[in-house]
Amino acid sequence: MMGEQLSMVKASYEARVEPITPLQILDVDGNVVNQEAMPKLTDEQLRELMRRMVYTRIWDQRAVSLARQGRLGFYAPVSGQEASMLGSEFALTKEDFILPGYRDMPQLVWHGYPLYQAFLYSRGHQHGGQIPKDVNVLMPQIIIGAQYVQTIGVAMGMKKRGAESVAITYTGDGGSSQGDFYEALNFAGVFNLPAIFVVQNNRFAISTPIAKQTKAQTLAQKAVAAGIRGVQVDGMDVLAVYKAVEEAREYALQGIPTLIETLTYRFGPHSMSGDDPTRYRKQEETGEWEAKDPLVRFRNYLQGKNLWTEEDENAVIEEARNAVAEAIKKADEYEKMTIPGLIDTMFETTPKHLEEQKKDFS
Amino acid sequence: MAVMTMQQAITDALRISLESDPNVLIFGEDVGVNGGVFRVTAGLQEKFGEDRVFDTPLAESGIGGMAVGLGLQGFRPVAEIQFIGFIFEVLDTIAVQASRMRFRSGGAYNSPITFRTPFGAGVKAPELHADSLEGIIMQTPGIKVVCPSNPADAKGLLLSAIRDNDPVFFMEHLKLYYALKGEVPEGDYTIPIGKANVVREGTDATIITYGAMVHTSLKAAEEIEKARGAKVEVIDLRTLSPLDTDTILASIQKTGRAIVVQEAQRTAGAAPEIMAQIAEKGILHLEAPILRVAGPDTILAQPLAEDLWVPNPARVVKALNEVLDF
Repeated sequence: MMGEQLSMVKASYEARVEPITPLQILDVDGNVVNQEAMPKLTDEQLRELMRRMVYTRIWDQRAVSLARQGRLGFYAPVSGQEASMLGSEFALTKEDFILPGYRDMPQLVWHGYPLYQAFLYSRGHQHGGQIPKDVNVLMPQIIIGAQYVQTIGVAMGMKKRGAESVAITYTGDGGSSQGDFYEALNFAGVFNLPAIFVVQNNRFAISTPIAKQTKAQTLAQKAVAAGIRGVQVDGMDVLAVYKAVEEAREYALQGIPTLIETLTYRFGPHSMSGDDPTRYRKQEETGEWEAKDPLVRFRNYLQGKNLWTEEDENAVIEEARNAVAEAIKKADEYEKMTIPGLIDTMFETTPKHLEEQKKDFS
Repeated sequence: MAVMTMQQAITDALRISLESDPNVLIFGEDVGVNGGVFRVTAGLQEKFGEDRVFDTPLAESGIGGMAVGLGLQGFRPVAEIQFIGFIFEVLDTIAVQASRMRFRSGGAYNSPITFRTPFGAGVKAPELHADSLEGIIMQTPGIKVVCPSNPADAKGLLLSAIRDNDPVFFMEHLKLYYALKGEVPEGDYTIPIGKANVVREGTDATIITYGAMVHTSLKAAEEIEKARGAKVEVIDLRTLSPLDTDTILASIQKTGRAIVVQEAQRTAGAAPEIMAQIAEKGILHLEAPILRVAGPDTILAQPLAEDLWVPNPARVVKALNEVLDF
């Protein structure tokens, strides 16, 4: 073969993946481009989706500002990813279980996890992770990919109990390079699990661009090797994300897992711990993605239907500001952690050596 | 009482756990139809069905993650890691995810998982099949480490491990699976985790040990009694984390001399931790330095040299003579 021109036509025995186009319902201006895929949401549901997106944007802006003042611990900004995060959560029922990555706080909060606990978690208070009994979520995962393999267990547990619910997990484009990512897709396929794997492709794993993450044309196609469904969706289009998850949920309940790649972008830095995106992202690119702002697009759509007014917007902004202020106040006033208190959460029954170690801290 | 090998006793414990609790699930590589590469799960899938006892794809991290997820759903997973060297592929689950679940969630969630894995030299297993990696897990907060030395203990300890609401790392010595037979009580019983067992009483020195080294130590104790009349007490730890320091100290108080025998390398594992605790809490009882008999700080010797590598009765006797003559 040396020196010969390699044929671009694939032989019949070469593995292949056909090109795909992402699911889109609204274009960047909020025009409907795919009526057929339009989810059946009531006007109230559409307004609620908008409320959540605006609320989350305000919460994020407040959190970024609090982090700059040193009043939060670890915080990963979410602006730009609202459609991907909230559209997907909106398609779930309360019984569905969310296994989040570190940036996925909004899905947890809209699934019922109290906002003040999100702030406690950010600050590193142990009770931030104390998920209320009726809220089906796990604390944000730190080890990229671990939430994917745990999802197969949650989904299998639901299946064994005959529950009408699904497990959904989130990671980013970087997470799709982990071995755990593939192990999870593979197990989910083998055991026909009610699972949805979302990979929010925001194009950068901290500073590493997607091109250095994979040679694959899409992340969605990684599902093909595992024999499960893979779909790609415009992650700045909240209706498209909702539709993709709604559909994936139906498949999941039939034992067919789906990998959903949402094409999205984080407008801010990776985290508030000194990351400067101008070191690794071109201003033009960021600008291009800012023009696809999921809030602008959806607001235009709703205004065209006379479902959203400036007063509505201002009311949500006010509501969100008050809620954040209240949650921060609650977090500020929350009881302090003690080492004996931490020791008592190591095991169901504290063993003798740990009881003895408490004495050093009393 | 029935006479059983340790492999049979473990199978018996697994059977009882499946019978007594519908939430117990057993899974891993080749544990289903094949009954495990050491036949430890033999017949269980046939008896309890594929819903309770099943094979997984060959991916240890997947097995571990699945166990954590099933634990969150109220199940009691018993995950087999086929050989101990493979735990490195699932160390995130063992040392991070399961061990931290209760802590990270402020007690809202737990991981009632038993990780079973064969380990231990002496059967000429290939590389990374027989290492003693208990030290790595002992250093991990939030997980218990159990290592039985005989069939009856293996059964009672495994039933305790499976019923524990926290994760347990359960180590089954390869050399003891078939070679050692013993009386095993019938039916359901448990042996508490965290309690050591004095398997030989003595007044002149104490050997603290666990796993297959219990038998090596017992031989050495007999030899030294014959040779010089010294009466050596032998403590089988049964559990490495949490350590039963009370039993160790009570014995040292009586004998004034101690050696620790382990198959693992000398540095930073069970033996050094036991020695440190004796030094901290029992130094005034001691008539001689505490010594350890252990593998050298190398990788476990390859099969043809492993018998030279692993501590034998002669090396234990030598250490005993040293503390007795001090």
